[in-house]
Amino acid sequence: MLDVGLTHYLTVAAILFGFGFLTLMTRRNAVGILLGVELILNAAGLNFVAFSHYVTGGVAGQVFTVFIIILAASEAAIGLAVVLQVYKHYRTIDAGMVSRLRQ
Amino acid sequence: MHEVAFFALAALTVASAGAVALSKNIIHSTVALLGTFTGVAGMYVTLSADFLAAVQILVYVGGTLTLILFAVMLTSKIDEIRISNASVGLVGAVPLVLVVLAALGKVAGTTEWASRAHSQMPATARLGHAFLGEYLLPFELASIVMLAALIGAVVLARRAVRRKGEIETTGGSGVGDA
Repeated sequence: MLDVGLTHYLTVAAILFGFGFLTLMTRRNAVGILLGVELILNAAGLNFVAFSHYVTGGVAGQVFTVFIIILAASEAAIGLAVVLQVYKHYRTIDAGMVSRLRQ
Repeated sequence: MHEVAFFALAALTVASAGAVALSKNIIHSTVALLGTFTGVAGMYVTLSADFLAAVQILVYVGGTLTLILFAVMLTSKIDEIRISNASVGLVGAVPLVLVVLAALGKVAGTTEWASRAHSQMPATARLGHAFLGEYLLPFELASIVMLAALIGAVVLARRAVRRKGEIETTGGSGVGDA
């Protein structure tokens, strides 16, 4: 049976990052862009935990993944509040249509 | 056992991430994100990070996903089909993603990884000691960041409520000018 090692996890994380990057570039919907950011942050967290498990040992990688999760939650809360404000103001969340920041 | 679990979780994660990226409907994308988060949580278990798996389920599935779903429902018309229209288009985006992935693969392929599994399964106690010992300052700073995010989200949402109240009291006299 195939032995699962570090490179397998790195491959999954790279694919996850690729899909996140693709989402980030192809979406105009602001919420869709946030979905891409979440995918990328998950890929980064998976890499941290994989390196912590296979290379360094200890819990340093898991500590950094906890910080990533904290920042992702904060980013989602603030980002979605901003998206709701933009929607109230412009009646759209198409990132190509929202080009003015002032009134 | 580990191999079966890994490949099942990898298939779940990659397939649902593909659905997030390629689905035309933003609601389908958001629900597919559930599979990605769950698959990554399962992979944390296979990497002996049990506490992180629980945190991933609680914070991402219970909190972030619900929040995103609320934002989707509040901002988009469900029956509108052109809700997630492409900006660059797959023609422009896919080659760029492939170039980035090729660079990542080259770096990962040419590096000599020391791969020897350190299986220390109950990681929660050591994680707690790390947070209250070596990583105390970043831990406290993260709590300040979370407090700032909480206050910021409340301020942004309050402004919406107040503006709606002003429009109602002034009777719409020139408030909504261009």
